[in-house]
Amino acid sequence: MTELTSVAPVARPGPVSAQLALRDIQGIARRNLIRIVRTPQLLFVSILQPVIILLLFRYVLGGAIHVPGLDYVDFVVPGIFLETVLIGGMTTAVALAQDLQAGMIDRFRSLPMARSAFLAGRTLADLARGIAALACLVGLAVLVGFRFHNSAVACIAAIALILAFGYVLTWVYAALGLAVRDPQTAQMAAILPMFVLFFASSALVPVTTMPGWLQPFARNQPATITINAVRALFEGGPVAHDLWLAVVWCTGILIVFLVLSLRLYRRATA
Amino acid sequence: MIEVEAVTKLFGSTRALDQVSLVADAGRVLALLGPNGAGKTTLVRILTTLLLPDSGQARVGGLDVRRQPASIRSMIGLAGQYASVDELLTGRENLELSGLLYHLPRAEYRRRAEKALERMALTSVADHPVKTYSGGMRRRLDLAASLIGQPPVLFLDEPTTGLDPRTRKEMWQLIEELVAGGTTVLLTTQYMDEAEHLAQTIVVLDSGRVAASGTAEELKDRIDGTLLEVRVSDPADLGKARTILASLSTRLPRTDQDQNQVSIPVSAGPTELIAAGRALEDAGISLDDIQIARPSLDDVFLALTDHPADGAPDGSPA
Repeated sequence: MTELTSVAPVARPGPVSAQLALRDIQGIARRNLIRIVRTPQLLFVSILQPVIILLLFRYVLGGAIHVPGLDYVDFVVPGIFLETVLIGGMTTAVALAQDLQAGMIDRFRSLPMARSAFLAGRTLADLARGIAALACLVGLAVLVGFRFHNSAVACIAAIALILAFGYVLTWVYAALGLAVRDPQTAQMAAILPMFVLFFASSALVPVTTMPGWLQPFARNQPATITINAVRALFEGGPVAHDLWLAVVWCTGILIVFLVLSLRLYRRATA
Repeated sequence: MIEVEAVTKLFGSTRALDQVSLVADAGRVLALLGPNGAGKTTLVRILTTLLLPDSGQARVGGLDVRRQPASIRSMIGLAGQYASVDELLTGRENLELSGLLYHLPRAEYRRRAEKALERMALTSVADHPVKTYSGGMRRRLDLAASLIGQPPVLFLDEPTTGLDPRTRKEMWQLIEELVAGGTTVLLTTQYMDEAEHLAQTIVVLDSGRVAASGTAEELKDRIDGTLLEVRVSDPADLGKARTILASLSTRLPRTDQDQNQVSIPVSAGPTELIAAGRALEDAGISLDDIQIARPSLDDVFLALTDHPADGAPDGSPA
């Protein structure tokens, strides 16, 4: 016990160095990856939903939806990919609210670790989960008839854009989880951005089929822009405008919610 | 080591802390004693840099909680009321993560984690997820996680709430060993016996205010609850005994006819006891018993806080 009870000389560090901050981020990311691996049922359920929506729209509803110049399966798959990363973000909100309630955030905030590391590590682990989920969906999409019609570089860029959008949304969900503080509330609240961004977008049907009052929103919201850019990257055709806009959206959302999340984390109270 | 001066913290219009001042000396234990909602956890959260005070000064190891929170965090350990260890991680993974976040080199935190698991008798379950642990094992792991950085100052928020008596004694022993090693401990508790057993200084908090502070003995003196009790053999002597006792104190004696007993609050104790013994003997009154009854810390607690001391865990963020 002499080892554990003896008192170390008091360190008086300044701000945490970038090198140590990276190590903190790694440590936290590893913790969250372990959690993801040890709750495979959560990963499974979060993949199940986009799988069901894909099968539903490919085989049940898709026949009734006509998209000019495109097989419906090629039209709907980019939207389903986006939904995959969107639904994964919901678990970020719930998990953060859980950490807050369980006192984990108190423990981490009382440690000399870099304060940004907790959220950075969390979102990076969630990105890894997003990659795994997306890989499953890509496999399934190809099985049900989806084909990449463009160059490998363009297709990889499309996947990267989906993951970037998902990562950015993770910060939105992080802020949400820290703001509502309660896992059940976080679960319900996280459905809202999902619904608005996914259903009122070009994910499942062309925006031109929507009522006039909805079209301006549906056409310009970030999920539509991103899906359009992804579609263009998969199919070929003009992409520059949507891609550029998508990057602007992602950067803007990231900055706003990164700052907001860090503020909420610093003041977090269970 | 810990200095708090006139700290006030408001939650809305509620004064969670109202002009609280205290000093905890290095290498000793200070117990914050109080009922639910007294403000104990709020004060711990301020001292561990989780919450800023609205006014007043708070320093840990001479460092100001407002200006040098990062430096404070490198010298403190916090073990929470709700064991804040990760359920899905193993005991070892939890400790190694804490060590990493204290910025210890990898070899060092692995070594310390191993030693800590041994010390806390968790080696056999070191690689099991924490969700399979008992309550006592969790608390020990939580304590170990807060000690990985070998912090000179340790904050324990209700370290034994909800533990069975045996596990509670084990925690006491661990805390005593830490203090023997030089650690300064500030703990919160709603158990009087815990404060009396572990702490050299007890600060009684009630509704955000310091109701009293001092050693356990000083607190007992504070409520001037020391009683001189005399039980006479012959009920006929009760009246005479009462007169004799009344002459020894400025207060009025109380007579219990059923017990043949007269009692009176006294200030010193032994002096009055001897004087009473002599006077009663001179008057030829034979006694069944004569004693000084010191109040229990429970009596003190009740007298100082006007609240019943219940054992329910503190659910509010107070």
